[in-house]
Amino acid sequence: MAVSLVMAETLVAAESTEFDAALSRSGLFPLQALGIDTLQVNVGKKCNQACGHCHVEAGPNRTEEMTRETAETVIDVLRRNAPLATLDITGGAPELNPSFRYLVTEARALGRHVIDRCNLTILFVPGQESLADFLAENGIEVVASLPYYLADRTDAQRGNGVFEQSIAGLHMLNALGYGQPDSGLLLNLVYNPTGAFLPPPQAGIESEYRRELQKRHGIVFNHLYTITNMPIARFRHFLERTGNYERYLRRLTDAFNPAAAASVMCRSLISVGYDGTLSDCDFNQMLEMPVWEGIPRHIRDFDYAPLAARRIVTGDHCLGCTAGAGSSCGGATV
Amino acid sequence: MSDYYNDEDLGRFAEIGRARPDLMEKFFTYYQATLEEGALTRREKALIGLAVAHAIPCPYCIDSFAQSCLEAGSNLEQITEAIHVASSIRGGATLIHGLQALNSIDKVSM
Repeated sequence: MAVSLVMAETLVAAESTEFDAALSRSGLFPLQALGIDTLQVNVGKKCNQACGHCHVEAGPNRTEEMTRETAETVIDVLRRNAPLATLDITGGAPELNPSFRYLVTEARALGRHVIDRCNLTILFVPGQESLADFLAENGIEVVASLPYYLADRTDAQRGNGVFEQSIAGLHMLNALGYGQPDSGLLLNLVYNPTGAFLPPPQAGIESEYRRELQKRHGIVFNHLYTITNMPIARFRHFLERTGNYERYLRRLTDAFNPAAAASVMCRSLISVGYDGTLSDCDFNQMLEMPVWEGIPRHIRDFDYAPLAARRIVTGDHCLGCTAGAGSSCGGATV
Repeated sequence: MSDYYNDEDLGRFAEIGRARPDLMEKFFTYYQATLEEGALTRREKALIGLAVAHAIPCPYCIDSFAQSCLEAGSNLEQITEAIHVASSIRGGATLIHGLQALNSIDKVSM
């Protein structure tokens, strides 16, 4: 234990990556959390889709999922920690976890804002017939993936037929009031590049989505979030397979934006894995990089004060969150 | 066969200023300024750049501006239309020079 702490302290002092060097040049090294207002919970890797860019490498055959006991611990942590204003539920397809509705209803009963990161096609999976009504009745914010407003690009990333079913899902949500003015039911969409390039400016592509989805399909929504693909997991495999990995990393490095680095989501969020492990973000979680040793590393040991002031664990994949206009689970950061 | 064009060379662009860095710096300042958002959007400028790249034609510029177009939010349909504009202008320029040929022929013909 003593040896590993010494090693950790040595690591704290060192700039070990290109990302840390960029942070240092911007006066942000080492990167520190500024509090925690969002508990992002990844409830499992099972998904009805297997998207080509997925950093979770989720799919129908994955079996990892959060147990009811861990889900109850998550709710207990929310109950005891008022600053955690938002419960952000992700996966996989989070709705496939048997404890999904428990998490939603309990968190809402505690007065917390709840986000469901929804792939839209889950609304048509057998057994999920009541899902859309459940989300609306509980006032859940839906953040839905739609990498482009045309079928070919969307299906190239997410699978054949996904676009058509996604549009049907958006119609279903719109009919329940989602995305409609003054309904209070938030429907936010996610654009992510369908290849090895950065997202366009968020405001511009949001206007284009709004115009094209209304004109082509009569669909309305609240906001569009642009999210950069992280060079890890399946997207990294794609980059390596196509000879784009080095070039993409160089693109991210060249586009490092200090303002985006100052606004990264890990400074106000903490990520809970399906097994209860705490990480600085969902990407670190998938890379099996938990929070720094010496502070609570499991949801059952959650202690707000040290976690809210923790040093963030970084790697070169973090360049994905700091390139250009920045990237987070809530879209561009600058 | 050796490659005259290497994609890695795109990232080495600045090296052409080895002998006269002052001139290269002036060029890059001007280059960046022309691509900034102005009366035209970055997206419009990226499409113009891509069309010109095809008209020149410059493989480095095509590579660079194809990426710029994607990152500015253009889709393949829009990018293809821009390339067709370049193509039609080049084709039109070829054809309009046909008048030079006609003029020459008319001049020497009985």
